Amino acid sequence: MKRVGLFIPCYVDQFYPNAGIATYQLLKKLGLDVTYPTGQTCCGQPMANSGFEHLTQDCNQLFVDNFAEFDYIVSPSGSCVLHVKEHLHTAQSENQAAEIRTKVYELVEFLVDVMKVKNLKAKFPHKVGLHQSCHGQRGLLLTQMSELVAPYFSKPQQLLSQVEGLELIELKREDECCGFGGTFCVVEEAVSVKMGKDRVKDHLSNGAEYITGADMSCLMHMEGILKRGNSKVKVLHIAEILNAG
Amino acid sequence: MNSETKTHPELSDLFNKDEQRVDWHDQTLWWIRQKRDKSAHSIPEWEILREKASEIKNNALSNLADYLVSFEQKALANGIIVHWAADAQEHNEIVHGILQKHGIRKMVKSKSMLTEECHLNEYLEKQGLEVIDSDLGERIVQLAKEPPSHIVLPCIHKKKEEIGDLFHEHLGVPAGTSDPQILTEAARQHLRETFLTRKAALTGVNFAIAETGEFVVCTNEGNADMGAHLADVHIACMGIEKIIPKRKHLGVFLRLLARSATGQPITTYSSHFKKPRAGQEMHLVLVDNGRTIQMGREDFRASLKCIRCGACMNTCPVYRRSGGHSYNYTISGPIGAILAPNLDREKYADLPFASTLCGSCSNVCPVKIDIHQQLYKWRQVIVQEGYATSSKKMSMKIMNYTLSSPSVYRTAGKAGRWVLKYIPFAVNNHFNPWYKQRDMPDAPKESFGEWYKKNVK
Amino acid sequence: MSRDKILAALRQNQPESVPLPSSMPLVRVEILELQAKFKTVAEGIGSTVHLVDEFAAIQPLILARFAEEKRILSTIGELTALPAFELNSDPHTYANVDVAIFKSGLGVAENSALWLTEDQMGIRVLPFITQHIVILIPLSALVPDMHAAYQKIGEAEYDFGTFIAGPSKTADIEQSLVLGAHGPRSMTIFIYA
Repeated sequence: MKRVGLFIPCYVDQFYPNAGIATYQLLKKLGLDVTYPTGQTCCGQPMANSGFEHLTQDCNQLFVDNFAEFDYIVSPSGSCVLHVKEHLHTAQSENQAAEIRTKVYELVEFLVDVMKVKNLKAKFPHKVGLHQSCHGQRGLLLTQMSELVAPYFSKPQQLLSQVEGLELIELKREDECCGFGGTFCVVEEAVSVKMGKDRVKDHLSNGAEYITGADMSCLMHMEGILKRGNSKVKVLHIAEILNAG
Repeated sequence: MNSETKTHPELSDLFNKDEQRVDWHDQTLWWIRQKRDKSAHSIPEWEILREKASEIKNNALSNLADYLVSFEQKALANGIIVHWAADAQEHNEIVHGILQKHGIRKMVKSKSMLTEECHLNEYLEKQGLEVIDSDLGERIVQLAKEPPSHIVLPCIHKKKEEIGDLFHEHLGVPAGTSDPQILTEAARQHLRETFLTRKAALTGVNFAIAETGEFVVCTNEGNADMGAHLADVHIACMGIEKIIPKRKHLGVFLRLLARSATGQPITTYSSHFKKPRAGQEMHLVLVDNGRTIQMGREDFRASLKCIRCGACMNTCPVYRRSGGHSYNYTISGPIGAILAPNLDREKYADLPFASTLCGSCSNVCPVKIDIHQQLYKWRQVIVQEGYATSSKKMSMKIMNYTLSSPSVYRTAGKAGRWVLKYIPFAVNNHFNPWYKQRDMPDAPKESFGEWYKKNVK
Repeated sequence: MSRDKILAALRQNQPESVPLPSSMPLVRVEILELQAKFKTVAEGIGSTVHLVDEFAAIQPLILARFAEEKRILSTIGELTALPAFELNSDPHTYANVDVAIFKSGLGVAENSALWLTEDQMGIRVLPFITQHIVILIPLSALVPDMHAAYQKIGEAEYDFGTFIAGPSKTADIEQSLVLGAHGPRSMTIFIYA
């Protein structure tokens, strides 16, 4: 049986364990052999995106040490996966790093492309807004990008359409960035917040009860804004919806 | 307060003090992005076209020296006087020299981002010469004593009432006028008078053809043509990267340029200047100003492919909510943020960070510049050259220490979730910019790691 | 000398030569389809398009449309009832032209641009300085797109040439479209069989 290494990004581990648990349970339901290597910490993206990629060597080595042995590495975060795919390099084990770069998957793409999931047994009778996180969308091509003249597809939508009772709302701007952007959210506080507010408003004005997506960091950002505005609308990682009911 | 000394985050903060205005600015530019989408989607082969444009530009850059020599030779044979300028200073001196030779003290100018980059207007004004910008948007910001905030839409940050006030003060329109039709008509009358009385006209260049020695200038207003065809002396200024190999390549670029910029199928005028008209003197100034250095930077070379359509600005969610002036550079938005650090890493250190790296810019770019990848790479260069602020460097080092060591990370996680203090978006105090307008996530009773340990193993 | 410095720096810094791509394929489109496309696009950007069966029908239409205008100049010999353009080498003398009429030999359906070279303009400034512009084009001169247009232009010699698509315009004030920025306030196109 293929062995799956579960890569739970640091902030998901600390703040959003339920997204991690749902991911684990979903993969188990598909009959996979899933392991969470307990020595893992972070992919190094917060540092690299801030211009400190040269400091990420130890992080990268640790990542290789933890995940080299698996057939697939799966993570509920498009952004972290993209970072690993694009920037995981180590001085000592570059061959293993190169291999990892090809076998690391974001959860949605793993379910659709590798597991070819067509019939999820999930139920979530709510109006849901789908946030297309940029790194998952434009980096991992989870959904066709609105800028391109190319046929439409959406892997997260493909999965959400299998969930009983779920009603996906239409957004005015289908794939605009939420403004999280890692350290951008504090370095460029004013613009970051405004972007987040605008994104949330699009979901609210179209009747969302929940906002979901394949990247918890964007959802965390929007949650911060929703909570400050005392909104009843909740954010949920897509794994939690796909695992619901 | 001098905006020159302020950073992008500080200027964006000021811009965001008026949220309604930010909404207006964002929606105006988004509307242009939508027009671009509609126009692009009417061309089924759009993505192939972008690829061709990219490949032609790659070829042009990789043979630029030869193409420039060929262009010069043909242009000279066509009767155009060709000048070469190593930097902004030399460019300005050349233009000044041409005007001096003819005893001309007043010049009309159409849009040229290169002359903005070289600060030509200020230079000539210091020498006692007068320059009038003839593109309506440029004229408006010139009257307001501001730089353009967008390369294609120079006064996109201005409301019509503010333009009415400017025109009332400078052009004598009745106070309170704000109808764009009336304001444009006032500018038309004012600038027609200018066109008819100036002996020198300066224009930019959109494309220069190595094969034929001609250059192409695109406008909607017709101002470049009005200036050039009425003046005794026509001076055209261009960055050396504007060369394309063959005339037929214009077919590719003219299909992309206006559609990407504003969603128009083509600009109203695409004028091909090959020879001066009888009795006219035509000069062409080829300018380096850092371009040969950028050419040598493998990671950033592709920025020289830019055809200045502005699509990356219109789509950029940051630009739309921070305004062009927040970039403090002639060319704002994503493309400006990858061009500016080539000239001054210290001064423009903040620009590559003024992005979420969402990647929309690279997708709309008609010549497929990997803009967001270059933003990422500039960040690495800026940090390694020591231009990151020291406080940021400190927290990054601590975070790195924490995250690269599992035991410290886990202990820290347990001991009051130590990591929360060092993930920049999660510092739990009121001085943290995160907390100013956003709440923290609730701290769960256990981490995923703890759950896993309890429930799985 | 800056020229040599720049060229030397480029030779030092430019990457290894990469080849040019193959040309975009030329498409064939039926002529009436081109005409329809041209008309739709032209009207979309503010031009007025008349489709006429024969050349002779054009002159009365111009006379009727511009009956009120004072200075009309035609660069087309066949339009005998309209004042013929005469060259004055001082372009400023055309500042009061109300209507200028030209004949183009190349029109592009995808963007409704019409190609004029200096010899078709009379004088370079005329198509820009006139208050209203009229361009005649035979139906057979329409091509589908810019690739076909440049194929037709080929290596033609001209001193100055321009594609004109619609009246001069600006949207610089709050993105409100205004026709008649610095050049013509209107553009009238006659496509004749």
